[in-house]
Amino acid sequence: MNPALGEIWVYLSTTPLLGLTLTLLAYQGALWLYRRANHHPLLNPVMVAVTVLVLVLTLTGTPYQTYFDGAQFVHFLLGPATVALAIPLYAQWERLKGMLLPLLLTLVAGSLTAALSAVGIAALLGASRESVMSMAPKSVTMPIAMGVAERLGGLPSLTAVLVMSTGILGAVGARYVYRLLRIEDHAVRGFAIGIASHGIGTARAFQVSEQAGAFAALAMGLNGLLTAAMLPWILPWLESLLH
Amino acid sequence: MIGALTLLLVFQLVGEALARGLDLPIPGPVIGMGLLFAALVLRKGPSAELRGTATGILQHLSLLFIPAGTGVMLHFQRLADEWLPLTVALIASTLLSIAVSALLLHALSRRTPHGEERP
Repeated sequence: MNPALGEIWVYLSTTPLLGLTLTLLAYQGALWLYRRANHHPLLNPVMVAVTVLVLVLTLTGTPYQTYFDGAQFVHFLLGPATVALAIPLYAQWERLKGMLLPLLLTLVAGSLTAALSAVGIAALLGASRESVMSMAPKSVTMPIAMGVAERLGGLPSLTAVLVMSTGILGAVGARYVYRLLRIEDHAVRGFAIGIASHGIGTARAFQVSEQAGAFAALAMGLNGLLTAAMLPWILPWLESLLH
Repeated sequence: MIGALTLLLVFQLVGEALARGLDLPIPGPVIGMGLLFAALVLRKGPSAELRGTATGILQHLSLLFIPAGTGVMLHFQRLADEWLPLTVALIASTLLSIAVSALLLHALSRRTPHGEERP
């Protein structure tokens, strides 16, 4: 780098503008790639953009905190976006009132399975307490999961990684589970993937059919509410039983 | 759009205030979502403006995860140390919860009059 360029870099790297612009550029690029690849689940835009950003930050020796000073403006919107989830949830309301009881029972069972099996397996295989707590809300949509992880004493940024991985795993793996279990009803398929793998699973369900997508969106919203309400009570209680 | 954004922020603010004030374990924005949902049920649906703004934000929901996701770079050491329990737990738990949910809803919706009967 010649001296003039070096000075420009030093200036830019200390303003929020750079982190913010980099985030949007990485997202646009990842989105372009995802569309080009026909929405292949392994090219999930969040995963691609994060990989690019981590590479850029590591190669330029930029600390995460410096980047986040700019990117926080995007991050902040997770709050209003969570509130906005009420609108698609309401759109499904009329349709779902009729089968509320089976859906709610399934929600409780699926939600508990997702959280407790993850916590149990991670703890049995020797993961640290912070990692286990970050793992607990992994099946819930990210803004809620990060809030829950913070409440539990986990690491919200680690939870973000685990949530993303869970979404991709569900989107890729669900079809094999359904084939094995001979589940064909799209409402059932959608609801199950929405419980287990939140928005990324929901996006996948919408590719299968409108009905699967609607049920997945509902499951994602309800599981967010249920997990947020339930885990901060259940996990400390489980921990006290174990120690 | 600004009106709708203001409304979303007001619901979030009320949610945060309730979460702190009553020391609830639920994140503030989730309470805001619950309150907005209740308001929508009472008012029988969102305005066109609110629906448009919400759709706009939710269409790009993935963008909002990127800053937090990039925080993975703070955890490389932890991931290197604990990759086995984390990977096994993620894969097994995700597939298991899909299977449990699908089997249960399949069984339950066959027995209720509202469920969809599939041969």
